[in-house]
Amino acid sequence: MSIAEAEAAGKPGERAPDLLYSEAERDLAGSLRSLLGARCRPEDVLGRLGGPGQADRPGETEPYDTVLWKAIAGDLGCAGLLVPEEQDGAGASFREAATVAEELGRAVAPVPYLGSAVVATTALLTVGDDLTVRELARGDVTAALAVGSESAPGAAFPLTARVSGPKSSDSRAGVHRLRGRVRGVADALSADLLIVPSDGVPHGLYVVGTGVEGVRRTPIVSLDMTRQLCDIDFEDAPARAIASGAEADRALQAALSAGAAAIASEQLGLADKCLEMTVAYVKERRQFARPVGSFQGLKHRLADLWVGLTQARAAARYAAACLADVDSDAPLAIALAKSYCGDLAVRAAEECVQMHGGIGFTWEHPAHLYLKRAKAASIAFGTSDAHRASLARLADLPGA
Amino acid sequence: MLDGPELNAPVSDGSVPDGSVPDGSALTAGDIRDRVRQFLAATNPVSTPRQDFLHARFDAGLAWVHYPPGLGGLGAPRALQVVADTEFAAAGAPDNDPGGNAIGLGMAAPTILAFGSGKQRKRWLRPLWTGEEIWCQLFSEPGAGSDLASLGTRAVRDPGGDWVVSGQKVWTSLAHQARWAILVARTDPDVPKHRGLSYFALDMTAPGVEVRPLRQLTGEAEFNEVFITDVHIPDADRIGEVGDGWKVATGTLMNERVAIGGMSMPREGGMIGGAARAWREHPERRTPGLHDRMLRLWAEAEIARLAGLRLRQQLAAGQPGPEGSAAKIVFARLNQEISGFEVELAGAEGLRYDDWTMRRPAHADFFGRGPGYRYLRAKGNSIEGGTSEILRNIVAERVLGLPSEPRVDKDVPWKDLPR
Ligand SMILES: Cc1cc2nc3c(=O)[nH]c(=O)nc-3n(C[C@H](O)[C@H](O)[C@H](O)COP(=O)(O)OP(=O)(O)OC[C@H]3O[C@@H](n4cnc5c(N)ncnc54)[C@H](O)[C@@H]3O)c2cc1C
Repeated sequence: MSIAEAEAAGKPGERAPDLLYSEAERDLAGSLRSLLGARCRPEDVLGRLGGPGQADRPGETEPYDTVLWKAIAGDLGCAGLLVPEEQDGAGASFREAATVAEELGRAVAPVPYLGSAVVATTALLTVGDDLTVRELARGDVTAALAVGSESAPGAAFPLTARVSGPKSSDSRAGVHRLRGRVRGVADALSADLLIVPSDGVPHGLYVVGTGVEGVRRTPIVSLDMTRQLCDIDFEDAPARAIASGAEADRALQAALSAGAAAIASEQLGLADKCLEMTVAYVKERRQFARPVGSFQGLKHRLADLWVGLTQARAAARYAAACLADVDSDAPLAIALAKSYCGDLAVRAAEECVQMHGGIGFTWEHPAHLYLKRAKAASIAFGTSDAHRASLARLADLPGA
Repeated sequence: MLDGPELNAPVSDGSVPDGSVPDGSALTAGDIRDRVRQFLAATNPVSTPRQDFLHARFDAGLAWVHYPPGLGGLGAPRALQVVADTEFAAAGAPDNDPGGNAIGLGMAAPTILAFGSGKQRKRWLRPLWTGEEIWCQLFSEPGAGSDLASLGTRAVRDPGGDWVVSGQKVWTSLAHQARWAILVARTDPDVPKHRGLSYFALDMTAPGVEVRPLRQLTGEAEFNEVFITDVHIPDADRIGEVGDGWKVATGTLMNERVAIGGMSMPREGGMIGGAARAWREHPERRTPGLHDRMLRLWAEAEIARLAGLRLRQQLAAGQPGPEGSAAKIVFARLNQEISGFEVELAGAEGLRYDDWTMRRPAHADFFGRGPGYRYLRAKGNSIEGGTSEILRNIVAERVLGLPSEPRVDKDVPWKDLPR
């Protein structure tokens, strides 16, 4: 008999889904952590971002670690967590998917998990594009949803790309052409496929290959170098329609909701790691003939961060549980988790820099990777402020 | 130290002794429900006199189901308590007024269960649970609050092996209601402070115990000064070994913190509920700045509620973590911020106060009073039961393993400490 049963009641807010990690999740997290510990150490990540000889070419380095992604996607099966087994996936739930995001956040891993295995996969599952789902689940290809990385659940359907009629040379039926520009897309630089929301009658979602003529990706010098953004131009790019009208709306919203919930777990993992690094450092670093971690001015701030983590973990697990259980409370749970975890991760990363002193301000120390990821992630999928503002409607607390 | 205002209407006791014994651990929610229904069929909740009903509930093992059989429980998983409470409440059964004996239920009982002798458990637990005997906590002294281990109330052994106790305690919540007290006193001044303490149950009706009201900033006097002058305590009322008082007291305080984090409530069940209702009822008072605060506080309160749920799930799954100490820090801060927000939201109404009369209440009553009272009373939440600063020290040192501040008092005999 679980508490969940004991407290189960009808209304959201009285239901009590399981907020703990299952044994399977702990196993998965453990395998992932040891893989990342061997192949995605801070120095590995730093090395990709302008190590010696590259420092003068910011933004032109190779941000994504495709070899690492193959191992995470294929060997550990993380690419297909959300995909049912019949479609070559792992048939896991959003709980496992969130746990993986948490581990990747701890390592600021430069892999397209969030964009491909969570966001794009959710869009494709929603519209039922079986073939593409299978390819993604196997880790053979990666995909990205072509929307600005700041897009939040509830955002209006973006219309910056539009369908232009078929070319005279287009013989195959069903080939459409896209024109337009989408700015600031995450996880698209390494993607094989793009899922593009597009204007038209009606508006719809289209799949476009990134290797074809008519698709140009321009890397952006991004605040978060471990999740580099790009602008994408479509010039009569060949596209395949996968959903239109209401179905396309639904798929877009599902994808953005999944992204917001997963990034909350990523932020939780990031904050957890920042606290861990900082605590280890202040225990070791001595000034005034004692460890700086014995000064209460630091101790209390670290204690407060830890207290914040207990809250963030509950919020992130609740959001993951609501998505896993298809609970009607999911929009509220996501707004809580994204706003709280986003703010906490920024604070944890800022404290990490501050409590490392001068060394925390250097390029060679990984603290800045966490700071940049945290700050960028706090804007991605909607700012904390925007998510709290949505509580006005979700919790019936209308504004002035 | 917690005076236990009935903040979130905790169901029943909220204590966490690990009194589970193997035979009841397989009981399910269904089993508990069946037992309660059978019990209610035999004992009419409406016509049975209240005390008789509570005695019978205790004797049937349905008082705190996770306590051992014979002591009001069934050795069942702690998580099932809520099932019993819900069934009794639904039947309109009288409860044991948990808010009136919060220290007894939340702190004294688990301590007696964990450290008391068989005889002591039998003597004290039943009237404690039914509320016939209220307990208070005689820990803090004028010179020893956060630094509890430095306390100076002396217990000296008499030739018969019993104890004679003298000293002054302060901020003792509900001492004016209490029949018994848990008391820490110094039995050996010649050893360092943590080692010379012992733990007793004190009969508050004993000659030499004087309780004086101590008025607090809310106007009333929930707490008291307690003067103890040559009071005789039988050695049979000592809990734990002589010199083990610190260990027993630490157990008491730990129970208290988990009790706070372990409270179960629905969404908007705590102080945030009142603020949200006021917000909805008074559109004319809304401003953009207040709106932002309303949303922030609502989100934090809901997340704190979820964190409490997660804490209970951890306990139920046998993974007790240190999260309990986080809960009290969060709860104190949120109560203060929410009640401060409520006063501002009330505008001109917020300038009024409901009642400054000096009374000696039997409960702390957050919800029966106005926002001004809540604002003032919540100030105590970060002081009572260990200040928020002390809790941060505990988190920093015990959870994060950070080094302690240099200490000057650790190895010095208590009698030689500077004061
Ligand atoms: C409403 C209420 C009910 C109470 N009920 C009871 C009761 O029933 N029984 C009982 O025994 N006691 C009770 N208390 C007393 C309470 O436990 C003490 O007030 C509390 O432990 C603080 O002790 P103090 O008042 O001596 O403050 P002090 O310990 O003198 O603290 C003063 C300030 O210094 C800070 N401080 C102290 N030490 C440190 C440190 N090491 N690091 C950083 N900051 C520090 C404190 O946080 C505080 O801000 C109650 C108090 C209140 C307010």
